[in-house]
Amino acid sequence: MTERMNKVLSRGLLHTFIIFIAILWLVPTIGILITSFRPAQDVASSGWWTVVGNIFNQTQFTLRNYRIVLSRLGIGRAFLNSFTITIPSTIIPLAIALFAAYALAWMRFFARTYIFMIMIALLVVPLQMTFIPILRIFNRSNLAGTFPGIWLAHSGYGLPLAVYMLYNFVSGLPKEIFDSASIDGASTFHIFLRIVLPLSVPIIASLIIFQFLWVWNDLLVALIYLGGTPDVAPITVQISSLVGSYGQDWELLTAAVFISIVPSLLIFFGLQRYFVRGILAGSIKG
Amino acid sequence: MQTKKTTPWLYLAPALLVLGFFLVYPSIHTFYLSFFDRGSVRWVGLENYLHAFTNLVMLTAFGNNALWVAVFTTATVFLGLILAVLFDRVKYEIIVKSIIFMHMAISFVSASVIWKFVYAFRPAGASQIGILNAALELFHLPPVPWLIERPWINNLCLIAVGVWVWTGFCMVVLSASYKSIPKQFLEAARVDGAGEWIIFRKVIFPLLMPTVTVLATTMVIFVLKVFDIVYVMTNGNFGTEVIANRMYKEMFQFRNFGRSSAIAVVLLLFVLPMMLLNLRRFKKEGM
Repeated sequence: MTERMNKVLSRGLLHTFIIFIAILWLVPTIGILITSFRPAQDVASSGWWTVVGNIFNQTQFTLRNYRIVLSRLGIGRAFLNSFTITIPSTIIPLAIALFAAYALAWMRFFARTYIFMIMIALLVVPLQMTFIPILRIFNRSNLAGTFPGIWLAHSGYGLPLAVYMLYNFVSGLPKEIFDSASIDGASTFHIFLRIVLPLSVPIIASLIIFQFLWVWNDLLVALIYLGGTPDVAPITVQISSLVGSYGQDWELLTAAVFISIVPSLLIFFGLQRYFVRGILAGSIKG
Repeated sequence: MQTKKTTPWLYLAPALLVLGFFLVYPSIHTFYLSFFDRGSVRWVGLENYLHAFTNLVMLTAFGNNALWVAVFTTATVFLGLILAVLFDRVKYEIIVKSIIFMHMAISFVSASVIWKFVYAFRPAGASQIGILNAALELFHLPPVPWLIERPWINNLCLIAVGVWVWTGFCMVVLSASYKSIPKQFLEAARVDGAGEWIIFRKVIFPLLMPTVTVLATTMVIFVLKVFDIVYVMTNGNFGTEVIANRMYKEMFQFRNFGRSSAIAVVLLLFVLPMMLLNLRRFKKEGM
């Protein structure tokens, strides 16, 4: 009898703990979501949790913060800039990495192992090691503060991980496919296009999410190569500068933050399956 | 596969070019610049390194980076492990896992703003709009200026933001490895009368150890370079400086490219052991 009591008790404890953790993780996000819809004077005078009791009373909510943030505070512009930066910065390195991973995995040539070792080593080189020389070159060639400049930089920085993960995947494809295609007279490029590419779709999907989230969420690289120029600044840079100038206007900051989170959450939930698979391929197999 | 001698190089060329230009060449150049003065004109020998290792703010940064490495890594990996094991026991696992994991999609910048609001502080007597100080008020405790109270509270508060974002990552990886443990192992231990805690310590933990090691290495490499959270929340004030933020300030605020380069090299030195560890693992597994 006491054993059963114990079991019920420990199950209860388990559920309580898990729900407590889930709430703990969610509360900060719920806080900004609610705050972003509250009028400025309310936000300044009372905590966001005070509206939770009568959440359905719509008169206490407003869309004004979003209007201000999007038009007057440059978040609308920055939001579009983030897309302009992120999309090419995701596609370019992936394309380059696919070719490289294919060669490393399925062709035998001099220095292959060394090249791979260098890739592994480059995986952990702090980006800080590259900023000053690259920025100088960018300044001289007018690439600083431009979209093509940051596309190139992100392509370089994203490449080692992309090559590494693609290599892991492509080298695991069954050898027979390559052999029989080769016997049938398919060219190297043909095999790449017709066999490797289609089979690699899952890992490509997970790399797209990785790189998209990495670039979308990046602050440092954008600060270095784009500076604070509002014409090209992504949403992360814009938000961090708003923290300086509107630090106490929580209703505005929270609206800006919420706008920045929406695309990454959509990508995340839309492709979560691939994301998890990619993480596992990258961190366990390696 | 039969290919011409030049073919592999054709496929590799774009990658090698981009890597050479954006990672290899600049790293070597930065190393070179670290021996020159602020404008990269005059050779100063080890002066910049002397500054990096003796300057008071840099010493604070080293201490804080060490704290980040220790607390962030331990917290994300162990919390991830505990959550992975506990969530496995309930039917709504997928929901709670998603709740924790989805925070990985939030940028450090946004996470910093979110938590700055959680930590919001007003002097005693004013109505608190930060939930943490409001909670203290509920228990009739005085409000705490979370981001100013040095050196422990503010640094730990910053680290908590990183943990909030990254625990989900560790949880997902560890959960996959946990689920791959044959259930007979655990059943056998239970039949033998081992308690859940003993099973966790003697069976689950040793089997997950390789994954834990890889994860911990990844987290250490990642967190040594922590920048965004500190930049947005305190900009290194109140004794919260970190190495990467210092490098940024030397570069853009003080325009001292010698010192900035030296700090970057120091950062590289710190991740170097991890790099060698990775390479060794690779050699062992073969390619």
